[in-house]
Amino acid sequence: MIPASYFFLLSIILFVLGIIAFFVKRDLITQFMAVEIMLNAANLAFIALAKSHRFVDAQVIVFFIITVAAAEAAIGLAIILLIFRQKKSIKTEEISSMKG
Amino acid sequence: MKDIFWLIPFVPALSTLVLVLFGRKLPKKVVSWQACLSVFISFIIALISFFSLLKTPPESYPIVKNLFTWISAGSFSANLSFQFDPLSAVMALVVTGVGFLIHVYSVGYMARDKGYTRYFTYLNLFTFAMLILVLASNMILMFVGWEGVGLCSYLLIGFWFEKHSAANAGKKAFIVNRIGDAGFILGILFIFLAVGSSEFTAVNQAISGGLIARGGATLIAILLFIGAAGKSAQLPLYIWLPDAMEGPTPVSALIHAATMVTAGVYMVARMNLLFTYSGTAGNIVALVGALTAVFAATMALTQNDIKRVLAYSTISQLGYMFIGCGVGAYAAGIFHLYTHAFFKSLLFLAAGSVMHALSGELDMRKMGGLRKYLPWTYPTFLIGAIAIAGVPFLSGFFSKDAILTQAYAQGQYFVWALGLMGAILTAFYMFRLIFLTFHGTERLEPEAKKHLHESPKVMTIPLAILAFFSIVAGYIGLPVVLGKKANLFQNFLEPVIPPASEGHLSMGMEWTLILISVVVALLGIYIAYVFYLKRPGIPHSIVRRIPGVYKLLYNKYYVDEAYNAVIVNPLIKGSEIIYENFDLAVIDGALNGSASATGFFGRVLSALQTGYVKDYVFVFLLGAVIIVGILLF
Amino acid sequence: MAIFLFFLLSTVCVGAVLGMILSKNQAYSALFLVLAFVCLGGLFGLLGAPFMAVVQIIIYAGAIMVLFIFVIMMINLREGISREKKKWTIALSVVLALVLLLELVLAAKGASLGQSPEGSVSPKEIGQLLFTKYLYPFEITSVLIIAALVGAIVLVKKREKE
Repeated sequence: MIPASYFFLLSIILFVLGIIAFFVKRDLITQFMAVEIMLNAANLAFIALAKSHRFVDAQVIVFFIITVAAAEAAIGLAIILLIFRQKKSIKTEEISSMKG
Repeated sequence: MKDIFWLIPFVPALSTLVLVLFGRKLPKKVVSWQACLSVFISFIIALISFFSLLKTPPESYPIVKNLFTWISAGSFSANLSFQFDPLSAVMALVVTGVGFLIHVYSVGYMARDKGYTRYFTYLNLFTFAMLILVLASNMILMFVGWEGVGLCSYLLIGFWFEKHSAANAGKKAFIVNRIGDAGFILGILFIFLAVGSSEFTAVNQAISGGLIARGGATLIAILLFIGAAGKSAQLPLYIWLPDAMEGPTPVSALIHAATMVTAGVYMVARMNLLFTYSGTAGNIVALVGALTAVFAATMALTQNDIKRVLAYSTISQLGYMFIGCGVGAYAAGIFHLYTHAFFKSLLFLAAGSVMHALSGELDMRKMGGLRKYLPWTYPTFLIGAIAIAGVPFLSGFFSKDAILTQAYAQGQYFVWALGLMGAILTAFYMFRLIFLTFHGTERLEPEAKKHLHESPKVMTIPLAILAFFSIVAGYIGLPVVLGKKANLFQNFLEPVIPPASEGHLSMGMEWTLILISVVVALLGIYIAYVFYLKRPGIPHSIVRRIPGVYKLLYNKYYVDEAYNAVIVNPLIKGSEIIYENFDLAVIDGALNGSASATGFFGRVLSALQTGYVKDYVFVFLLGAVIIVGILLF
Repeated sequence: MAIFLFFLLSTVCVGAVLGMILSKNQAYSALFLVLAFVCLGGLFGLLGAPFMAVVQIIIYAGAIMVLFIFVIMMINLREGISREKKKWTIALSVVLALVLLLELVLAAKGASLGQSPEGSVSPKEIGQLLFTKYLYPFEITSVLIIAALVGAIVLVKKREKE
């Protein structure tokens, strides 16, 4: 069978790619998408864990992660919409009112 | 029964405590009764202790009562312990007796003052401190009392603190005292180094055992005398006493005539073995005393303020006491202290009565002919003046004569001559005061004349009592010419104060000296009579002939101005410079600097908060890298 | 067979993510992401979690990404967004991310990963756990979803002019 370590490696690569994506992109939407990538990488790691130790609870955890990520995405996107309405732009470098 | 003497200070102390805590809520009558009664009770206890002291044999002097060990630090220790012997007995009786009369007088004098309760609080506190001073059995506790009376002096001189001059006078008194105290403390320290304890018994043993070198003893004695000079207003630290007249008159009577200023004399008498052992110190004391006596008397000649005349007179009389102590006749010095307490406080209280009658006037140029209107004040005042002038059969004569005779007997002719000069000046200025105030033409302000009235009984009765004692108090110290047993006072003090060793004069010489003193006193009175009653024009014509001298005397030899220029103003200027260049620049600078440095770092760090999410996530990433790294390795 | 599938799916996944990063158009990025999620779903299936695979595809690829595309549509940015001007910041972050990669790999190497036993997990097992041991979080998550729902609506609702 496929050794679980392969999956872990893939998960790590995806996670780091997500980080890179976050720093490379300049608009909020794509940065948010990068966060989703990171979440999914974590999900993959959990499932691999479930498989390697016959630990079903990990799958339940992933279930919850997906649910919460969905809720978070809904709200986050709503906020992005609001920001767009306010500033007419979603470039992150223009959003710095929490400065100082 | 004999051991209750240690209670003497604590009765007024208790009264003070009650007044401090509850004074504001107590009605005036209660305050008056409590304050006076507490001093009276102290007086009774002192009297009881005195009588029981007479019954105990002299070998057991002094009776020491050690309450508890107060300080114990290594080899240094000081106890809260009191001692009772003839010297303490005399002092305690004087303080409580005269103090009681003055408390009663104050009830009338301060009746309409709004600080009534505060006044009696301070007065009781003073009595407490003074009693600690005279009853202490070691120098440290005595110093506690010493400082305590200095503090009360400040509080009472500046009693009407809203008046600038009063506040300044209080400050001056305290500061000049402090300068003297510096010498005093050094003296105590050296005693401790030499003897290992500051108990009087231990010190006396050390001295008679020869444990202290003569030079060391001289040094210590001089340092102690510096303290005495500050407290007892001798040259050059006398400048505070005339200004101290800003305080209420009973305060002047109690503190600056009868008790506090005599603390220096008491201290010298207490340390008499030390001063005798170091002959030089005694000579210095006598010389300073004599110079002060004359110097102050000359300044009293020209003063127009009735209280200032008395103030300079006090300084002068204190000089006499130090003459007595300096030549080795400590008993004579204490005797003069005792008689002086009576007639000087009488003079002050009577002056207060005059001021009270004239609604606060104290310029003698605006008085005159008052003897018709003040049937109690005038005779008592007169008795006091006669006593201080040294007219025979009153107390002042006996004590002053004792001092001068001893001075001559010890061969201190210069001192004796100065003393004599002082005596004639004393008689002169006192009677100048009497004639200007009570005789001659009336020069009163019309307003004052309208309200002219004799003082109430609560004020005149103490006057009468004091006058009585001013007459009779001297008889316990009759001159030795009449037989050695006649001087009860000296005999009483003998266990504590050995009489002056050398100096025996022939009977003829003694009588001659007495005669000279009498003649001098009467001469002074007569000259004053001529100047101010018979031919009142004479003073003016003298002033016209020697305006320079008059100006010098009137302005008190410009001593205050000299001190101001040489010491006070440079110090003030110096502290201003230090304030600007060190206090503001360095200390405030450091403080503000650290504040602005913190602000600077805060601003630097706040640059981290850019407001960009990306930067924050960067920090997360960095943190994650570091943490995983740490966990890994 | 399974290994071949694994490598296929993982390559496509990583490729999709890279495409998402490199694409200048946001819509294209979103679509790439959908692809990546589907691949992940497949990978879940490979790992013997068919239920989770389906959930992943339905919810993540199907619902969440649709939300994303809706919002992209509404935002309607004509011009594409170029890369960060300051290249060095990207480089630094990338370097740091790679360091993290290294660290995690090393950590994973040291970890003890058991042998993967055969067999897939049935929904029944998940359901059992969900309704017994994890009942509490389950119920609370439902409240969470309602909160998100209401919150999203309230947030975006246009205020009426007074």
